[in-house]
Formats: sequence, C-alpha cells, structure tokens
Amino acid sequence: MTLAPETTTLTVQLRLAGPDDNWFAVCDLSVLIPGRGVAALLPDGRQVALFLDRTGRMYAIDNRDPFSGAAVLSRGLTGSHQGRPFVASPLLKQRFDLASGACLDDDAVRVTTYEVRAH
Amino acid sequence: MSTTAPVGTGARPTIVLVGHGMVGQRFLEALAERGLTATHRVVVLCEEPRPAYDRVQLTSYFSGRTPEELSVTDLEFIAEHGIELHLGDPAETVDRAARKVTARSGLVVGYDTLVLATGSFPFVPPVPGKDAEGCFVYRTIEDLLAIEEYAKARATTGAVVGGGLLGLEAAGALKGLGLATHIVEFAPRLMPVQVDEGGGAALLRTIENMGLTVHTGTGTQEVVTGDDGAVTGMKLSDGSTVATDLVVFSAGVRPRDQLARDCGLTVGERGGISVDDQCRTVSDPRVFAIGECALASDGRVYGLVAPGYEMAETAATTIAAAATADATAAGDESALTGTAEAASFTGADLSTKLKLLGVDVASFGDAHGAAADCLDVVYADSRSGTYKKLVIGPGGELLGGILVGDADAYGTLRAFTGSVPPIAPEQLVLPAGAGAPVQLGPSSLPDEAIICSCHNVTKGAIRGAVTEHSYTTVPEVKKCTKAGTGCGSCVKVLGQLVTSELEASGVEVDKGLCGCFSQTREELYEIVLALRISSYQQLLDRYGREDARGGDGCEVCKPTVGSIVASLAPTIGAEGYVLGGEQAALQDTNDHFLANLQKNGSYSIVPRIPGGEITPEKLIVIGEVARDFGLYTKITGGQRIDMFGARVEQLPLIWARLVDAGFESGHAYGKSLRTVKSCVGQTWCRYGVQDSVRMAIDLELRYRGLRSPHKLKSAVSGCARECAEAQSKDFGIIATAAGWNLYVGGNGGATPRHADLLAQDLSDAELIRLIDRFLMFYIRTADRLERTSTWLERIPGGLDHVRDVVVDDSLGICEELESLMTAHVAAYRDEWAETINDPEKLSRFVSFVNAPDTPDPVVGFVPERDQIKPDLPLLTIGTRPLEGSAQR
Repeated sequence: MTLAPETTTLTVQLRLAGPDDNWFAVCDLSVLIPGRGVAALLPDGRQVALFLDRTGRMYAIDNRDPFSGAAVLSRGLTGSHQGRPFVASPLLKQRFDLASGACLDDDAVRVTTYEVRAH
Repeated sequence: MSTTAPVGTGARPTIVLVGHGMVGQRFLEALAERGLTATHRVVVLCEEPRPAYDRVQLTSYFSGRTPEELSVTDLEFIAEHGIELHLGDPAETVDRAARKVTARSGLVVGYDTLVLATGSFPFVPPVPGKDAEGCFVYRTIEDLLAIEEYAKARATTGAVVGGGLLGLEAAGALKGLGLATHIVEFAPRLMPVQVDEGGGAALLRTIENMGLTVHTGTGTQEVVTGDDGAVTGMKLSDGSTVATDLVVFSAGVRPRDQLARDCGLTVGERGGISVDDQCRTVSDPRVFAIGECALASDGRVYGLVAPGYEMAETAATTIAAAATADATAAGDESALTGTAEAASFTGADLSTKLKLLGVDVASFGDAHGAAADCLDVVYADSRSGTYKKLVIGPGGELLGGILVGDADAYGTLRAFTGSVPPIAPEQLVLPAGAGAPVQLGPSSLPDEAIICSCHNVTKGAIRGAVTEHSYTTVPEVKKCTKAGTGCGSCVKVLGQLVTSELEASGVEVDKGLCGCFSQTREELYEIVLALRISSYQQLLDRYGREDARGGDGCEVCKPTVGSIVASLAPTIGAEGYVLGGEQAALQDTNDHFLANLQKNGSYSIVPRIPGGEITPEKLIVIGEVARDFGLYTKITGGQRIDMFGARVEQLPLIWARLVDAGFESGHAYGKSLRTVKSCVGQTWCRYGVQDSVRMAIDLELRYRGLRSPHKLKSAVSGCARECAEAQSKDFGIIATAAGWNLYVGGNGGATPRHADLLAQDLSDAELIRLIDRFLMFYIRTADRLERTSTWLERIPGGLDHVRDVVVDDSLGICEELESLMTAHVAAYRDEWAETINDPEKLSRFVSFVNAPDTPDPVVGFVPERDQIKPDLPLLTIGTRPLEGSAQR
C-alpha cells in the first residue's frame, strides 16, 4: 500500500520480523470500527486480524482460527474479560486474548500476536 | 423365595407381572433399582397394545399430546434390564398349584413370584341402552380414540354420566371436541368425594360459565336410542330428558379382580384383591397385588397413582428382602447386596390437586372435617369462583382442606398438614392483596414435609440433593430425587426450594445474562424499552456489573442487546439497520455479513421464498446465480434453496443479482424468523380447507427481519392432515373448516416437542393479532437462546399463563404488544438492498482491508458429485498442529 504524503489521516501499521523499523502499512485508522476487526494480508501470505477497542487501543493477532483452520478471527465479536481484551471465534466461539494471543478456553492453544501502531 | 425350590433348578427365579400401567411400570423400576432384574427373569403380560402411559394426563391427548408423549415407559430401560414385555397379550388364567400363568396367545409362563397390577375398569350403571352405539367409557387411549372418531363423524352433543374427577375430565374432553356437553351427577354436587357443598357450588358456577350444562342430584334412568340403534338421548330419574348423540360413562371405577377370583384368591366384599401390609395377597404368599386392583390392609381400594406407586415400592422391597434371605439360606454370600429393608403399605393420603376444565381443584387431609372438635376457616368468592376451606384441629393444627379456583397454596398447605402452621389460618386462604401480607414459603416447612407425594420425596431429601450432591438446577434435582416426575404439581415448590437452599448455602444464584450484566435478558429488555436506551455502551456503563462498566462487553451480551435494540428499534428511536452506527459492532458474524458463515470461512445465501412459493422464472434466476458464481446448491428443510461457497467479497454481487430479479436474500442465518413453510392448501389439494400458501406468505412477509431471543420457525397446513408439520414449529397454523388453529412452542431438532394448541377457529385477523402478541411476549420475556418450546416450559404457569396474557390480556399489555409489532412491520427494510447501495458498508465486504481484490487463499473448493465442497486440506496448510488439543 502506498500512502499519499499529504494526507493527515493516521495509518495503521504492523511490525514485521526483521529490522526494528520494519513497519508495514495496512489501512487508514478511520476504516476500523470500535469493537470489530478487519483482516490484512501480509507480504509473505500470512493473514492478520486487526481490532480497535472503544478506548482507541489497537490489537493484532493471526487471523487463522487454530481450531478450524479458517481465516476468520477478524470476523469475531470482541469483548473484555477481567480487564483483558479478547475476540471470540465466529465459528466455535473459543476466545483469544488479544494482547497475548492465549486461548482463554484451552491452555494449549495460542495465536501469534503482532505489534501495531497508528502513525 | 420361600420353602419351595424355584421351578427349573439352575434357572433364574421368575417374577411375572400382570398389567403394565403406571403402577406396573413403577414396580419394574423398583425391581431394577434393587438389582432384582439382574438376578431374576422378569416377564410382563400387558393387555393394552402399548406400554405403560400416563393415564392421569389422558385428557391432554385432546390438547395435542400424542400417545407417544403420554408414555411413561422408556423402552431402553425395558431392553437394558432384559425385561420380557408382552403387549396386547393379557393373562387369562393363573394356576397357583402349578405356579403358571397362561396368556391369551397361549403363552405359558411359570413363576416364583406373581404380581397382579391389573388396575380397574370403569363402572357402567346397569341402565337400559347402556351398550347402544354411541356409549363409551373413559379409561384407555383406545377409548379416547373411539370417542374422538365417533364425535367427529356423528355427534354435536355429548353427555357424561358422573360428575366426579374422571367425569369432569371426560367432560373437558368432549368440550374440547366441540360438543355441547352435559354432565349428569347423582350426588347433589360435583366432585362429591373431594369437595364439600361450598366447593361444589364454586365449581358448578365456573363450569356452567364455560357453557357446560350440569344436572346434579339426578341419575340416569335409560339411554334412549333411535331406529338405527344409536344413542339419541337420556332419560333422567327426575323425569327430565337430555338429547345427546354420545354418552360417556364415567361413574367411578371398580378393581379388576376377576383373574384373582378365578384362581381362588380372596377378594373383598365390594371387590379388590385382599393384601397385607406388604402387598402380599392374604391367600398366597407367592402372589402380590398392587395399585387399583388391591384391597389394602386398611380396607380401602386406592384409585390414585401415588398410593399405587407406594404399593409398587413396598412389593418390590418385600420381594428383594425375601430374595436376600433365600440367598443367605443357600449360603450364597455374593448375592447379598445389603441388609434387607422392610417396607409396608398401610394406607395413604388421598390428597389431590387437579386442573379440571381449567379449574384448579385440590383437597387434602381431612377435607370434610370428619375429626372430632374440628373447626373450619372458609373463604369464598362466588364472583371469581374461588372457594377455600381449611379444617383446623382443636390444638390449632391443620387437618386438611379444600381449594377450588385457586390452588396455588396446595403444595405448602398439604405439607403443613398435621402441624400448627406458623401463621394464622385465615392468612393462608385470603387472596393476595386482600390482607394476606404473609407469604408462606416452602422454606418454613419442616424437613419431614412431603413435597412430592407421587414419589414420597421429603423436603429433607430435596435439600440433601442440593447440599450433599451439589445439584444446582431443578432438572438435576428431579433426576436425583424423582421429585416432580409424577404428576408435576410440586415442581413450582421444588423450584422455590432449590433456589432457597442454594441461597441459604451461600451459593449465589446468579441469574445474570453474562459476566457483564447481572440482569436477565428479560430485565435488559425492560430497561431498554422503558428508558429508550439505544446505545450498548450507555447500557453497559450505566447498568452493567461494576467491573464491566467502561469495558468492551462480551460475545454474549453484545448480540443479545443488539437483538433487543433491533426488535424495539422503531419504538425506541434506534437505528433499525443492523449494520448502522454502533449496532454494527454488536452483531454476530452472520448478522454482520448478512449471510451464513460456513466451516471454511465462506458463506451461504438463502434467498427468501415466502411460503415456499416460487415462479419458474425465479427458479431459473437462482440456478443462473449459483452457476455463475460456482455455488453448491441444496434444498433445505424449510422449503428454500441454499447456495454455499460464496466468498465475502462475492456476497454483494450475488445480492445485486437477486435484488434485480425481485428477490431479497433471507434471514436463514439469524436469531429471527427463518421460514414459514406451507403445504399447497385448498387451491390445489382435494383435502385442503383454507389457502395455506397465501397465509404462509402473509405471515413470512409480516414477521421477516424480526430479531428474537432465538430463531423462529413457522408453518401453515391447509387441513388437519398437517403436511406442513406446523406442530413442530415455534408457531404453527393448521386450517379448520371455520378458520385457523394456532399452535405454539413446537420444536424439531434434538429435543422435539409437539406444539400446544393456543386458540381455535380464528379468523385471519384474529390469527395475526394473536401471533403478534405471542411473538412480542416471547421476545419480551425469553432468555437468550431460549426457543419458544423451552420458554413455554420454563415460565411460571406455562401455556396457561401465556394464554392468559395473550388471549385474555390478563396483564393488560396486549395493546402494547400489538403496537410494538405494528411498528416493527412498518419499519421493515431490505437489509441486503440497503447494503449494496451504501458504498461505506460495501467496503466492509472484502477479504482483506489492504488488498480488496484478493480472495482469501484459505477458501478453496474441490469437486464432489458434480458440485463443489470445501477444500479442507487448505485449512491446515501453514497452521501449526495443535499441541494437546485434538480436533474440536
């Protein structure tokens, strides 16, 4: 994605592996709806689910639902449990901590998390 | 067993049960519980063509319960315990010397122990014409079927001989069949055994107000017949005549003791097989008699199910004790399963609570005040048909009572019988709001109080189920104690006890919707409606649990609130469009994408085809769309065509094609009205009596898009043949010659339930008005994900309460319910058409926000049977195997 330099809108960026400043621009911040997610495609073919909570904080985790293999976590409902943000898979409703990637319903399962910022 | 060796040494001893009614079945269960089905061969000879069923609830057949639903026999239980059940093969002779029973089929079974549970037969007074065509008795399902057939074919008027408990049941059935109904009772009042003069008067007034004609203080002298030999009327002993096409004799029952008489067992002067305290016949220690055929040691024959159950338990316990003793004598220590318990049956409580013709009637203890020096406390209100009498002993103890018209207090009062209640007796009978501030809850009962008299379960046992076995729900406690599984009249008290016990033991009974809200769904609905709150965040921050406020809610309450706001949108001034504003963030994925998510992340689309009626042109369009987008097609159970395999970015393109052709996509994915099925109806079918297709289309278009606690399904059948299967739907409509019958609370799926008849012979306008009220009342009061079937069984008062509210407007809310529905119907919009015309919303329908033209590579398909199916291996590529977590 290229960004017109004159725009004043903030851009959502994901940090990829490699050098410290390897930030990957995904979309305008204004596209995100609080409480919902969107999916982004990374250059290496992986998929990321991006979320915005009601306070304006963003989270990014792998979009693949490890229980079904389908790339659908971005379409789940978000919430907070004991102060921790989560998304519930829209397929079989397992919940994943958005900050750590840990599955709240199965200790053995975890999804990758990504660093995300608005720049 | 006793001194004689079992027939056929080496073989297991044999128990033969004659009769498989409710008491017989209970006896079998009692045998199994005591391990006797493992050590004994058990043979059952049953006259009726079907296994034991609930005779107490027989009349409910006419309100839609099928013979299968009336069954109390679990055939798996019979099979699992190796019980040999012979249906339609009654025992004909017993040879006690040879210890053999011969059945009608010629089957001969030797026994070590014989148990007679032959029940009773209806008493038919010996009047001329009693056997004429059109005369019936009321005892078995076959009797009911015969009455129903005759009534439908050739009767408009019916008369019941006998105004007792069974007579009123039968009268209710005749009324339900649409007959003008007479009741003839010899005694000066109805239900002479259970109620006194005052109670009889209250009952009479209420029953006459229902349009039944009651003749008391007069007997039947003769059944009059016409030239064809069929009934045309009755002559009564007071000289009057009653014109009637059908007569049901329901003037009491007599013990069926012929088999016992024929084999020389002692029977009582007025019938009944004489037994001792252990239910063993006084003539033969190898023969037992239980239930209505037995004359108990107190000289009475008990015609109620609860004493019958007690006899079944007593007989089983006695047989078990004898078996243990035999095993000990034979030195077979391994057969010793425990110390032999002793049991006896010396008489029983005759308390009853019934709903006859919709009137609550209960009597308990010394209802007629037979004890010396007893006094009455009476409350009577002829206007409402309420009569309550308590019999109080000289020491202030409650001895018994009669309740007519309002028997809510029965459970508590009966349990207090024999003790001095903690509050004054007049407060126990006054209606609520009339100076009766004290509510006597079940928590004030002593532990010995019997809560369930069908299964003799004490309050202490129910408390134990909660405190010792840690059961926390009524179904669990019912399963553990059997309480509430008989007539069900104690279930309300049971629920109160479980709740109070949980609260007392410190278990907080949290009825809250989820971790974010301590309110139930119903309470949230009331808050949203009353305060016109259309914002989820506002609701959470103001009414959420302390620690959930300011948070992001959860996946349970968000869609629940989204649904409540959507169903009330026009009334509370909220955004009606589910993808509009804050609403968008609350929707489950299906509602968010307006289609049904499938396992690989693709969606399916079910175009709305109201009533299942479709033109050839539209069929072709569906075919073309499916072909052009490469979709898998399948006909659904709801008379629709489902198209699978659409990627998210294809959805708007598909909707556009459908909208162009005059379709809308449908809500086949949502917690909302799914489909209204129909049969072809009167227009084509030679049996149809109404235009079921038109009605189905009207209903589907009226209720489409209505968000509800769970999905709603409906169907309309054009005649009583019921080809549209309306009785398995949340609201089902069956055409009658006079209009429509409305059934509610039906369900298919994992826990099928036949719908209950809510109202009959409605006009189009009456039908729609009633459905409006019913659906809005359901939406208002149901829990999240609670189908109408479970809702109807959960809410206090059940179907009767719902009928009171939506038919008789007992809460005065019908006008509001109707206006809510009117507002919903007026505000309906095609969500799919709206979405494809909104560029901002359309931009959400992409697989990737940063690559809108790239399809999700995980969504792929492979061929199967000339169509596609998900390419499942694609779902595993690039994902790490789950450690410690198998496929879920």
